[in-house]
Amino acid sequence: MGGIDLGQVTTALIAIIAVPLVLLGYIILGEQVIERLPDRIQEWIRPYFWALPAIGFATVFMVYPLLRTVVISFRNNADTDWIGLANYQYFFTFPDTLTSLRNSLLWLVFYTFFAVFLGLIIAILVDRVKYESLAKIAIFLPVPISAVAASIIWKFMFDYQPPGTTQTGTLNAAIGLVGHDPVAWLVNATTNNAALIFVGVWTAVGFCMVIISASLKAISSEVLEAARIDGANEFQIVRLVITPLLWPTITVVGTTMLINALKTFDIVYVMTNGAYNTDVIATQMFTQLQHNHLSRAAAVGVVLFVAIIPLLVVNVRRFQQQEEQR
Amino acid sequence: MSVGTTTREAAPVRSAVAAIDRFGGTLQRLPLHLVIIIVCAFWVIPTIGMVVNSFRSVSDMGTAGWWTILFPPHGFTFASYQQVLQIEGVVPSIVSSILITIPATVIQLAVATMGAYAFAWMKFPGKNIFFIVIVGLMVVPIQMTLIPVLQIFHTLHLNGTIMSVWLAHTGYGLPFEVFLLRNYLSGLPREVFESAEVDGAGHAVRFLRIAVPMTIPAIASLTIFVFLGVWNDLLVALTYLGVSQYRPFTVVITGLVTSFGGGWQFLTAAAVLQMSLPLAVFIALQRYFVRGVTAGSVKG
Repeated sequence: MGGIDLGQVTTALIAIIAVPLVLLGYIILGEQVIERLPDRIQEWIRPYFWALPAIGFATVFMVYPLLRTVVISFRNNADTDWIGLANYQYFFTFPDTLTSLRNSLLWLVFYTFFAVFLGLIIAILVDRVKYESLAKIAIFLPVPISAVAASIIWKFMFDYQPPGTTQTGTLNAAIGLVGHDPVAWLVNATTNNAALIFVGVWTAVGFCMVIISASLKAISSEVLEAARIDGANEFQIVRLVITPLLWPTITVVGTTMLINALKTFDIVYVMTNGAYNTDVIATQMFTQLQHNHLSRAAAVGVVLFVAIIPLLVVNVRRFQQQEEQR
Repeated sequence: MSVGTTTREAAPVRSAVAAIDRFGGTLQRLPLHLVIIIVCAFWVIPTIGMVVNSFRSVSDMGTAGWWTILFPPHGFTFASYQQVLQIEGVVPSIVSSILITIPATVIQLAVATMGAYAFAWMKFPGKNIFFIVIVGLMVVPIQMTLIPVLQIFHTLHLNGTIMSVWLAHTGYGLPFEVFLLRNYLSGLPREVFESAEVDGAGHAVRFLRIAVPMTIPAIASLTIFVFLGVWNDLLVALTYLGVSQYRPFTVVITGLVTSFGGGWQFLTAAAVLQMSLPLAVFIALQRYFVRGVTAGSVKG
C-alpha cells in the first residue's frame, strides 16, 4: 500500500496550528510595538504592517514572476543573452504552436458562447417549472467535479470501438440506435476540439446558470406582466425584455468564461494531452516547460497574458465603477 | 328539486372542465418539461454512467456499455477499487491531497482576512493603487508565474516539498480572497468599530473580536471554494510536485490515465474517489457552496 509519511503529517499539523498562531502573534505583538510609537508614525506604519503579508505573497508569487517572465521571454534558454523576438517568432511560425493558438481561439468563441447561452436559456426555462431547484442541482452537479474526474467521465461518453462491434461509449451507442456509424470523437480532426470544448461547457453551464438565475429572480414580475398584457409572446418577452435586463450579468459571466477559456489546461491535458491537434496555449506552454525550453515557454505565457489584458482592463474598469457607487 | 339536481350535476361538469383545462395547460407546457428533462438527463447521465462503470469489471466495461447493468446478470464488483488502491503511490497521494489542501486553505484565508481588514478599515497612501493591482492580479493566468516561481523554489531548496504548494496556492488565491473579504468587511457598520475604538480597543482587538466573527459567513463560503479549488487543482501540483513523492491524487490519476493505453477503465474508481469529497460537500452545504462559487461574479 506504500508508506504514509508521518513526517509530512506532522508538518501539516504544525502548519495548520502554527500558521494561524504565528499570524496571531504577529498581529498582537506587532500592535503592541506600534501602539508605543508616536501617533504620527503609528498612523503611517500600521496599515502597511497589516497589509504586508498579503502584499508580500502577491509580490513574490505574482507581480515579480510576471515581470520576470516577460524578461525571460526575450532571453536565450540559458538566460545568458538577449535574443530579441526570437522566442515570439518561433511561437508565431511553428505549426504546432500555431495550432494551439487556433484551438485557443476556438475555445474562446465556442466555449464562452455555449456556456453563457445555455446557462441563460436553462435559467429562463427552469424558472417556469415547480421542480426548478431539482433541475438546477442536476445542471450544477458537474461544477464541483474536478477536470481530472470530468475527463474520465467523458472518456466513457466518447469511447469508440470499430464499426460492427458493440459500442461501449454512451454517445456512439446512442447514435448507433439511429443507424449512424460510430465516430472516433477524440481522434477525428473535425470532432475532437468540439468534443473537448463541450466537456468544458458541461462543467461551466451550471456556474453561468446559477448567476444568471439570481439576477432573473430580481426582475419584477410586474414588468413581465405588463409585457404580456401588451400582447408580447413568450419568445418576445425573453428576447426584448428579459435578455436586455440581464445584460449586465451576462457580460460579467461572459468575461469570466472568456478568461476560463484562455486558461483552459486540465481537460485538454488529461483527455488528449494535446494529441491529434487539440493543443491549446496553456498545454503548449506546459509542454515547452517540460522540454526545458524555458524562454519559449515564457514567450507562450506572455502571449496568453497579452490576450487576457483587455479582460483585465474591463474588470478593473467595472471595479472602479462599483467603487464610485458605494 | 330541479335546482338541486342542476347544481349537483353542474359541479362535476365544472370540475371536469377545470381538469381538462389543467390537462390542456400541462399539454401546452409539455415541450417545456421535455426540454428541461432532456437537458437535465444529458447533464447527469455522464456522471451516473461513470459511477456505474466503477462497480463493473474491466472486461465487462470493455464489452458492453454501462447501461447493461440494468439487466441481469448485473455483475457488481469492487474489483476496480481494489485494483486502484493497490497501485503504488495511490494511497499516499490521497493522504498528500489532504496534507496539501487543509494547510493551503488555512494559510491563505488567514493571510487574506488580515490583508482585507487593512484595505477595508485603514487609510494609507497608495491604497487604491495597491487594490487595483490586486483586482488586476485576479485574472492573471498562473502560467505567467510558473517559471520564476520554480526558480525561486529551486534557490530556496523548496522544490518538490509540500510547503512549496502551500505557498504557491496562497499566492495565487490571495488576490481573489482579499478582494472578496475586503468588500464584505467594508460593508460592516462603521459604528461598531467606532464604539470599540472609543472603549479603548486597539486594532488587534477590533480585528479579532469584531471583524473576524462578523465576517464568518463570507469566510465560510470562501473556505469551501478554496478548499475544493486546491483539492481539484492539477496545474499547480503538476508543476511544483511533478515527480515528487508528495504529488496529490489528481496528479497521480492523470499520470495513470495518460500512461495506460488499454485497460484504463478501472481508473473510474479513482475518479469516483477523487470527486466524492467535492460532491459530498456540495450536497451537504449546497447553499454555502453555491454562494462561495458565485460570490466573485456577483456584485458584493
